[in-house]
Amino acid sequence: MATVTLTPYKTPELFLECTTITPDAFCGKAPQEIAELEVREGKTKLRMGDYFHVEGKAGKTPEETEIQILGDCTRVKYIGFKMTGGAITVNGNADMYVGGWMKGGKIHVTGNVHSFCGIAMEGGEILVDGKAENYVGCAYRGDWRGMRGGTIRIRGSAGNDIGTFMLGGTIIIEKNAFIHVSTHAEGGTIIIKGNVEGRVGGQMVKGDIYVLGEVQYMLPGFQKIEQVEKEVDGAKVKLDHYIGDLGERHPKSKGKEIYANLFVRAT
Amino acid sequence: MAEILVKNGYVIDPAQKIDGDVADVAIRDDKIVESVSSGARVIDARGKVVMAGALDVHAHVAGPKVNVGRLFRPEDKLFKSPEAQPNYRVEMGFSVPSTFKTGYDYARMGYAFVMEAAMPPLHSPHVHEEIHDTPIIDQAALPVFANNWFVLEYLKKGEIENSAAYVAWLIRATKGYGIKLVNPGGTEAWGWGLNCLKLDDPVPFFDVTPAEIITGLMKTNEYLGLPHSIHIHQNSLGDPGNYTVTLDSLKLAKGMKAKNKFGRTQVMHSTHLQFHSYGGDSWANFESKAKDVMNYVNQQKNITIDLGCVTLDETTTMTADGPFEHHLNALNHLKWANTDVELETAAGVVPYIYDKDIKVCGIQWAIGLELGLFTKDCMRTFITTDHPNAGPFFRYPRVIKWLMSQKAREATLETFKHRDKVIDATEIHGIDRELTLYEIAQMTRAGPAKALGLAGMYGSLAPGMDANVAVFNLDYKKMPSNPEKIEQAFQRALWFIKSGEIVVKDGEITSHGNKRTLWVNAKVKENPQVVRDIHEKFIKDYTVNLDNYPVRDYLAPNPFVIDVDVEA
Ligand SMILES: [Zn+2]
Repeated sequence: MATVTLTPYKTPELFLECTTITPDAFCGKAPQEIAELEVREGKTKLRMGDYFHVEGKAGKTPEETEIQILGDCTRVKYIGFKMTGGAITVNGNADMYVGGWMKGGKIHVTGNVHSFCGIAMEGGEILVDGKAENYVGCAYRGDWRGMRGGTIRIRGSAGNDIGTFMLGGTIIIEKNAFIHVSTHAEGGTIIIKGNVEGRVGGQMVKGDIYVLGEVQYMLPGFQKIEQVEKEVDGAKVKLDHYIGDLGERHPKSKGKEIYANLFVRAT
Repeated sequence: MAEILVKNGYVIDPAQKIDGDVADVAIRDDKIVESVSSGARVIDARGKVVMAGALDVHAHVAGPKVNVGRLFRPEDKLFKSPEAQPNYRVEMGFSVPSTFKTGYDYARMGYAFVMEAAMPPLHSPHVHEEIHDTPIIDQAALPVFANNWFVLEYLKKGEIENSAAYVAWLIRATKGYGIKLVNPGGTEAWGWGLNCLKLDDPVPFFDVTPAEIITGLMKTNEYLGLPHSIHIHQNSLGDPGNYTVTLDSLKLAKGMKAKNKFGRTQVMHSTHLQFHSYGGDSWANFESKAKDVMNYVNQQKNITIDLGCVTLDETTTMTADGPFEHHLNALNHLKWANTDVELETAAGVVPYIYDKDIKVCGIQWAIGLELGLFTKDCMRTFITTDHPNAGPFFRYPRVIKWLMSQKAREATLETFKHRDKVIDATEIHGIDRELTLYEIAQMTRAGPAKALGLAGMYGSLAPGMDANVAVFNLDYKKMPSNPEKIEQAFQRALWFIKSGEIVVKDGEITSHGNKRTLWVNAKVKENPQVVRDIHEKFIKDYTVNLDNYPVRDYLAPNPFVIDVDVEA
């Protein structure tokens, strides 16, 4: 694996849109060429080199390329946009759309991320050591084709609208989440290790949600059917098993109606 | 005085029976003329095809349901909107493009006129504002009538004169162009949670049948002598087995005569016929009935049709056929928007993916093309995709490619997952007909111009016509063996001159042109009963005041008004 380091040296006045910070865009390029890649500040087209010192060496393919960002990216959007392989580490915070439409590879953010982390993700891994704002692993606004694969792990808490229209993959929030989890989902797994205020699984057709803390306000469209013991993210827990959303349509598989599953730690 | 001479092209102009003659087209200001002075700007069209500007008889490009499509489908713009360009407006969206993209894309394909196919009368000010916002192309809009309370009441009692007085008033008030029917009676029945799927299904409360509505409005149209005939989206759209209903409706035109001074000969335009030519009784045994339907269309000379071709894209369906959209939503479970327009109509919007790997979509694709290939009269058969219902309008060049090349059709069939099942349920595989450029020009120029009563302005290159001239990168004498080149040529005209102004050069927009809105000013003898009925209904039933209802002149600031005098 060859490593390219980006060192931010200037804070943009607006926000930088860096859809080009990906192993796919970097691979096969010398640092000088990477510095010429386009980034945007508002409607102004600029060079990567206008904000970052670029050093090191990119691999021949995305898989062989690692990007280390040595500094804060609080005002940088779209890190890892549509990436297919390789790795990115952000040593600090990142703004919106980290790993958006990502297909493969790994992203590690040591600080916090803003909203839309892993939006419409298809594969790969995202690890955030801090917290996330809203729309983790959600669908693009209006789209019914949400996250399809891959894993997002947020070590801190997350805001609202997690996994909206999710179709596959896994989202793990290690602390609390606010509202709207797996809304409209038709697949995938969401694990929330802390508490959720409410609106969990609204209009959900298929998929699984685990809440290891408590749900403050349950939706009336979920019905408790049993108590089970399951291993969740490496730990055995006793869980109340609910099915829902009873107000939604229920597709059939092998003659049986399908429901979404919500597991909440048994009290 | 601006003069242009389009020199030495292969001219294709069915209205003058010209098929590939090498000739010049002379333009002075906004008209085509016999000749121009030596100072004229010369466009060298040697070795290229020259046609008049095209006309689209049926597309949904302006108005509230189009805007609902834009609003509720932000994902239709994602990664699909070209970047901003210097001097011109940013273009957005795919299946429901922005007004600017709409105008630009039509111009790039050499289209001069586009009919907005369904204007809800109450929302006609919005329709006109959007038309005004769409650059370059001339436009008109068809207000919808077949679920309108006034019309239902007059036609139930067989009062054609009253119906005509009301229709004339409404066309004037909305600055509309003609009479559109969408699912006659069925949309009103939807207000009761019902539908009219057959021609004798009575509309609840009004107790009038679709057959009576269709016949009544056909008579109304000819009583008024409007430039266009009734323009009908029939009952039972999209249902397996609906071709019998389609034939029943077409038969209602039997014996009817067109009465107008615009050269129109049809009394009924049956739109997006693809959606109405279905056999089978379920999606499992769904099959094409294009041949049966076209056999009838071919012999019944007083009807015209447009195809409504499925282009195999992800698109957005939108129609005043409210119950149909509800039904579609139950099939695909995507988003659904629905609205009721007071005494007049309703509408629904649902995204739809015509997936080449789904058998039904493949059959639908075949049906649209079969209609075009089974026609015996290209002057009565027009190319559309019912934009955006069966596909976006900027796929017309692709439809033309399929119609002109068996090789292109076979290549598409080869990509289908259920190729053999599609072949079994259709006739497309056995058809070796390849339409000629002359026939394409009939289907996109001379034919629609005549059917719209606009043959004196559009669709031909004869002197006196509006100066709408398109030059395409095709050699008439040596058509490309690769059908993709046909699509490319029609996608981006080399030149397009609209109303005497060069608006496209090398496929790129060069001017915002000078668009016009066409509307029909139908004047009838004052009819006191209808005047009273209108006043009464506005007091009793409408949420708006009568004075606030008509489209103000400033909303259609570039009008071209066609006067129709019925008193005479
Ligand atoms: Zn339509």
